[in-house]
Amino acid sequence: MSDEPLVLGIETSCDETGVGIVRGQTLLVDTVASSVEEHARFGGVVPEVASRAHLEAMVPTIERACREAGVQLRDLDAISVTSGPGLAGALLVGVASAKALALALGKPIYGVNHLASHVAVDIVEHGPLPEPTMAMLVSGGHSSLLLVPDVTNDVRSLGSTMDDAAGEAFDKVARVLGLPFPGGPHVDRAAREGNRIAIDFPRGLTTGRDMERHRFDFSFSGLKTAVARWVETRQRAGETVPVADVAASFQEAVVDVLTRKALLACKEHDVEHLLIGGGVAANSRLRALAQERCDKAGVNLRVPRPGLCTDNGAMVAALGAQMVAKGREPSDLGLPTDSSMPVTLVQA
Amino acid sequence: MLLLAIDTSTTAITVGLHDGASVVAEATTLDARAHAEHLAPNIRAALASAGAEPGDVTDVVVGIGPGPFTGLRVGIVTGRTFAFALGLPVRGLASLDALAHEAWLEGRRGDLLVATDARRKEVYAATYSLGDERACRVGEPVVSRAADLPDEVRGLPTAGRGPTLYADVLPDAVGPRDVSGGVLADLAARRLRESPAGPADELQLVDPGHGFDGLEPLYLRRPDAAPAPPSKKSTLG
Ligand SMILES: [Zn+2]
Repeated sequence: MSDEPLVLGIETSCDETGVGIVRGQTLLVDTVASSVEEHARFGGVVPEVASRAHLEAMVPTIERACREAGVQLRDLDAISVTSGPGLAGALLVGVASAKALALALGKPIYGVNHLASHVAVDIVEHGPLPEPTMAMLVSGGHSSLLLVPDVTNDVRSLGSTMDDAAGEAFDKVARVLGLPFPGGPHVDRAAREGNRIAIDFPRGLTTGRDMERHRFDFSFSGLKTAVARWVETRQRAGETVPVADVAASFQEAVVDVLTRKALLACKEHDVEHLLIGGGVAANSRLRALAQERCDKAGVNLRVPRPGLCTDNGAMVAALGAQMVAKGREPSDLGLPTDSSMPVTLVQA
Repeated sequence: MLLLAIDTSTTAITVGLHDGASVVAEATTLDARAHAEHLAPNIRAALASAGAEPGDVTDVVVGIGPGPFTGLRVGIVTGRTFAFALGLPVRGLASLDALAHEAWLEGRRGDLLVATDARRKEVYAATYSLGDERACRVGEPVVSRAADLPDEVRGLPTAGRGPTLYADVLPDAVGPRDVSGGVLADLAARRLRESPAGPADELQLVDPGHGFDGLEPLYLRRPDAAPAPPSKKSTLG
């Protein structure tokens, strides 16, 4: 048997019930039950619907993860769980379940930050995290640029979105273009047929004054409005909207700003490793442009495979395993959930 | 036997332990906003005061409401997970039954209304007939404005927080206000004695007064169908 810590991680911050099991830096299983289809007709995640789905999926998902990994619960070294940020009612289901496991099994529990988990998951994909690493997390809920000297206890925020998250802009533009929710994958697909320089959409917070005051912050609300206005103008004139070109040009505006700022952050903080995580990291153009710009700048790019970029239990288990490996104190059994947990707080 | 009972359907985050003969421990915290914080520590505290380990538990029973959803789920998922982790049977009981049972234990007989806080100016309510043998639920629990309950129902002696919140329409406050884990454990132990072979996970509210109620929460309301404010979600990870 290996001495490396065997950790089960639970993630319920939004609409995915995720349970992952990691041994040290090796992913054993990543099980996800998603309620995304139940939310599609509302065009966004309905908190109560998500919470009800978590309750129903929780034990079956734990059971399936253990079975598929061939792991007995009593062999676990620790339980880790997302304690925030996220939807309050959804977080509670996962945290309560994790506490029940920890208590019943007599194992330590680690309540961890969802965002730090997005960073830590790459350890099971690409090995130990260089210290420091620059991390850009882009999803429907977050757009953050983080300097990460130590993912278990030192995560620093360089900037984040001032308004919409990047993924949210994808959802909204998808709606304008008549594409289904969630918008990210559909915009990405439509954009492959389009011309990304067909329309010159605005790049938020990239001009002189903004670069002084919001050097590593993002803004996607103006871009989203610009796309909506551009489409409306065509529609009002009775013209066909070139969906592929709009998708490609919008997507280019987003990934251009993201990668430009991420590489600037690497340069100014003298960091040689850039990690991109979160659901938008599955975007094919973001991956391609980031790779191109990292190659040019001599920066090593790390992006977990798409399945590990979206919310999952493996990322929580991966961070938990790091906490154990680094000898961090477990959380108290009375640990709270924190729907707006700051990114700089790795552990609850 | 060591039966662990859990309820989070009212303001009480409450846990009880029953050894087959009597209630051997109870731990309760009154805090409508922090169910997840207090529940696991309360289970630990109850076990400690009974001198028991988690591994000594033989049966788990959870109150399945009705109750405010967020808190209610904490108890149910805790009970389900705890039981799963130890390979134990887990059963559900309608939480309002525990309030009626407590009134019965205190010696009350006759008809009783149980009305708990459902928020949004409503109550969760069910009527009971308290006989010599037991308290028996008369019909399914409902969610309603207290004033909209039938006159003859509102006039009954009423347990739960309903009468405290709506004293003008529920004038006859009696008995317990919140569920007690110890009382839930006592009720569960009695029902186990009566029908020991009953299935551990029936899905319907059946045969009020006997047996168990399945493990599905009694929400009694559909979810509000408004998407989360964007800043609170992470739909794409
Ligand atoms: Zn996420």
